[in-house]
Amino acid sequence: MDLMHSLRLVAPEELLSLSGLALLLASAWLGSARAARVITWLSVAVLAACTVLVLPGLSNPAGADVQAFGGLYSADAFAAFAKVLIYIAAAATLAVAPPFLEKAGAARAEYPILVLFAAMGMGIMVSAQNLLTLYIGLELNSLAAYVLAAFLKTDERSAEAGLKYFVLGALASGILLFGMSLTYGFTGTTSYAGIAAALQGGIAKGALFGLTFVLAGLAFKISAVPFHMWTPDVYEGAPTPVTAFFASAPKVAALGLTMRVALEAFGTQAAAWQQIVIFAAIASIVVGALGAIGQTNLKRLLAYSSINNVGFILIGLAAATPAGASAMLVYLAIYVAMTVGGFVAVLMLKDGEGNQLEMLGDVAGLSRTRPLIAAGLAMVMFSLAGIPPLFGFWGKFVVFQAAVEAGMVPLAALGIAASVIGAFYYLKVVKVMYFDDPAGKVTGQSDMVHAVLLLASALFISPVGYLLTKCLGQFAETAAAVLFAGA
Amino acid sequence: MFGLPILSLMLLVPLAGAIACLLVEAKAARTIALVATTVDFLLGIVLWNRYEIGGAQWQFTENAPLFAGFAWKLGIDGIALMLIELSVFLMPICILASKAIEKRVGEYMAAFLLMEVLMIGVFAAQDLFLFYIFFEAGLIPMYLIIGIWGGAERIYASYKFFLYTLLGSVLMLIAMLWMVNEAGTTDIPTLMAYDFPVAAQKWLWLAFFASFAVKMPMWPVHTWLPDAHVQAPTAGSVILAGVLLKMGGYGFIRFSLPMFPQASADYAGLVFALSMVAVVYTSLVALVQHDMKKLIAYSSVAHMAIVTVGLFAFNVQGLEGSMVVMLSHGLVSGALFLCVGVIYDRLHTREIARYGGLSINMPKYALFFMLFTMASVGLPGTSGFVGEFLSLAGIYQVSSWVTLVCTTGIILGAGYMLYLYRRVAFGEQKNADAAAMPDLDAREWIMLAPIAAAVLWMGVYPESFLAPMRADIAALDARLAAARPEGDAKPTAGQPKVAEEHAAHGAAPEGAH
Repeated sequence: MDLMHSLRLVAPEELLSLSGLALLLASAWLGSARAARVITWLSVAVLAACTVLVLPGLSNPAGADVQAFGGLYSADAFAAFAKVLIYIAAAATLAVAPPFLEKAGAARAEYPILVLFAAMGMGIMVSAQNLLTLYIGLELNSLAAYVLAAFLKTDERSAEAGLKYFVLGALASGILLFGMSLTYGFTGTTSYAGIAAALQGGIAKGALFGLTFVLAGLAFKISAVPFHMWTPDVYEGAPTPVTAFFASAPKVAALGLTMRVALEAFGTQAAAWQQIVIFAAIASIVVGALGAIGQTNLKRLLAYSSINNVGFILIGLAAATPAGASAMLVYLAIYVAMTVGGFVAVLMLKDGEGNQLEMLGDVAGLSRTRPLIAAGLAMVMFSLAGIPPLFGFWGKFVVFQAAVEAGMVPLAALGIAASVIGAFYYLKVVKVMYFDDPAGKVTGQSDMVHAVLLLASALFISPVGYLLTKCLGQFAETAAAVLFAGA
Repeated sequence: MFGLPILSLMLLVPLAGAIACLLVEAKAARTIALVATTVDFLLGIVLWNRYEIGGAQWQFTENAPLFAGFAWKLGIDGIALMLIELSVFLMPICILASKAIEKRVGEYMAAFLLMEVLMIGVFAAQDLFLFYIFFEAGLIPMYLIIGIWGGAERIYASYKFFLYTLLGSVLMLIAMLWMVNEAGTTDIPTLMAYDFPVAAQKWLWLAFFASFAVKMPMWPVHTWLPDAHVQAPTAGSVILAGVLLKMGGYGFIRFSLPMFPQASADYAGLVFALSMVAVVYTSLVALVQHDMKKLIAYSSVAHMAIVTVGLFAFNVQGLEGSMVVMLSHGLVSGALFLCVGVIYDRLHTREIARYGGLSINMPKYALFFMLFTMASVGLPGTSGFVGEFLSLAGIYQVSSWVTLVCTTGIILGAGYMLYLYRRVAFGEQKNADAAAMPDLDAREWIMLAPIAAAVLWMGVYPESFLAPMRADIAALDARLAAARPEGDAKPTAGQPKVAEEHAAHGAAPEGAH
């Protein structure tokens, strides 16, 4: 009875793992290259089905009802919100992959299956109620991600990206594990609720060390400064659909995980980690903005932009309030749309022979040769810069609102002033596309799926998106309330 | 009122026009843009007609709680009404002035129509965050207008415009968030009556000041303006000078003064100091310009300084004067940029030295140019005089020194404007190509004549423009009464000498005759 209940709660993970295994077998029999396209679309369907499965969970409050396997896993509203974003992002980035991989000669069925396993790991990450569940989810996601980064076996840059990601990711995992062991040693438990209860009275120096190491490990995963160095290299080297995937779904998962650890496990000792988060937030905003200025590769530029955005999201965490957590979730939802839109636009840049273009110089004068791609990318850029009336502004707005409500006016003022630095390089992309003379390089036709996705994300980040603020805010609020249920 | 959401309609018409312009080719886009702006102008006339002078403070209100955290809330008072009228009046003229634009006409027209939506939105928004969205969003179309259709240095100018104004505005956003958190509402009329703690007012005022001072622009953050003006196409300059700069003044009158009266009084000295520097410094800079547009741009900074001085005079004359200067400057500087555009289209240079003696071959043009020059100088009978006189009369009650320094602006203004006019319109015809330029055509007549009429109307009978604003300015004056700083003039009633003189007169005649 109890087991059945637990199994019902983890239905999305079951579906993902079973269909992943089934598709793996199918690809073995049908031939990996031949079945690649079919299996990709089946995987997208599986992710869509999972999205539907978790939708009812969006209103689940925290409690014993949604706890599975003796409190190791929780299918609450927070997990549901994060999973919806993760599955949608994974499905979107998967759907745009086939043309790219076919052109690169790497159309293999393993690709969608790895994405499915990564998505499963991410689901576990955001549902974890225990440091060990957390670690299992994290590693499941990471192992799939390392392979994905190196998916173009014959491409040196891809192999390098995979190796770099693996070495640094393993180091981060080690740091995280070390922090977890310290936490366990000083609190005597690995469950979030247990840690929160043990730290009720105060935090021992050892547990503080544990907390610091855990946060450092997680900072690697969300690529917050000062643990961001791998991001530009990996984003540049990895195949573009993989980069799009890295920048969207795992970001949501890692940030969701960080929120759970900080607010649930260490929620009773918010003062102990707030300073760390404030530093990481401001440093990420500034370094992300400054680092991007000199970049000439669009993927590298978007990598720095993601560092910059993580900084803004962390401002919500620094507030350590339900409003802050809800703001982070709203920001994440908008961020996913902007990231998918941005990378899809980059994927649509092809020369006459269908080769991918990714340098800033290649998009010169794009507004005259390919006005729709240019308009889409320009909207993403203005939205990332947080200029109203585009929806990206709303993300920044709620985050800063939460910070101000928490009494952190200097932090908010500093963060928003630093966002002006970021506006400079977003403007540069728009300038190159709209003001410069056409380079005439982007001549290739683009895929229908790409165009549809770009249109969808452009519509979402257009002012029309503001009509969603009410329902988005409501779901985010319910989800954020979960994290504060124990406090 | 009549159930027709006229403000939303005024926002919708140009928005629909903008989308349509993106989809059609050049010729159709011009027509659509002209039709959309004309319809909006007609709606503007309806708006003015239906506005009840002496009626409710906020009229044409609409409220639709569409979003989380803020609402689609519109409504105008007399001040907003006049600024909306200015915007819708200038827009069709801008579209007509854009005949020289040859490349990417559809996008150009779309950007302009979008600007119109945002400008009307700024003046009509009654929700703090809705205001901010309209206020900030103007950056995107203006950036594109300067960057795509501007002159040689357009890229530098567009960056400067964007980043300057953005930095100013983001700090204001944080202040707004704090205010909403404190007052618990985003409703602008409620916030205008809310008393914020005095210590907080100072910070909030500074944050708003950062934004409005850049938009205004005040010295020393004015340097984006000459660059942006010179590089923007003619219609871009008109909108920039005519309406966008007014957003700064509108911000002061709508936010800084009523929401933070005490801080405004405390910082009035700062505003006066910056304005005094601006009046003298930018007027001197304008004197030595070789580029016509740059000269007019610097004169804009000087005129805007008169506006800020008048606003912070804390009395009715000052406030009314500032509003009239803003309206007048919107018309006059817009018209001057159009005048520059007329000869730029013919000779493709803004170098003053390349022209000369235009009154010989372009007499009608010279007449219009003369009228607007005089209005800019502030000759009685033109709109410039009414505003400047009222502003300076207002500030004279507060500080004689500030008045003294700011009045030199009028003298210097006469200096640089007449010097410009002499070099362009009088003298001998040095260049054969300039001497061969044809006079105004019908399109240019249609552009300049309405502005000339409005300038004269405002100069001769300003009551039409002051009447709708009177009650609102009186309300603002009452709100500011508590914080009003003491004036330095301290006029005392003179000794009545009449009786003595009479006595002397009475006594003298006997002896004299």
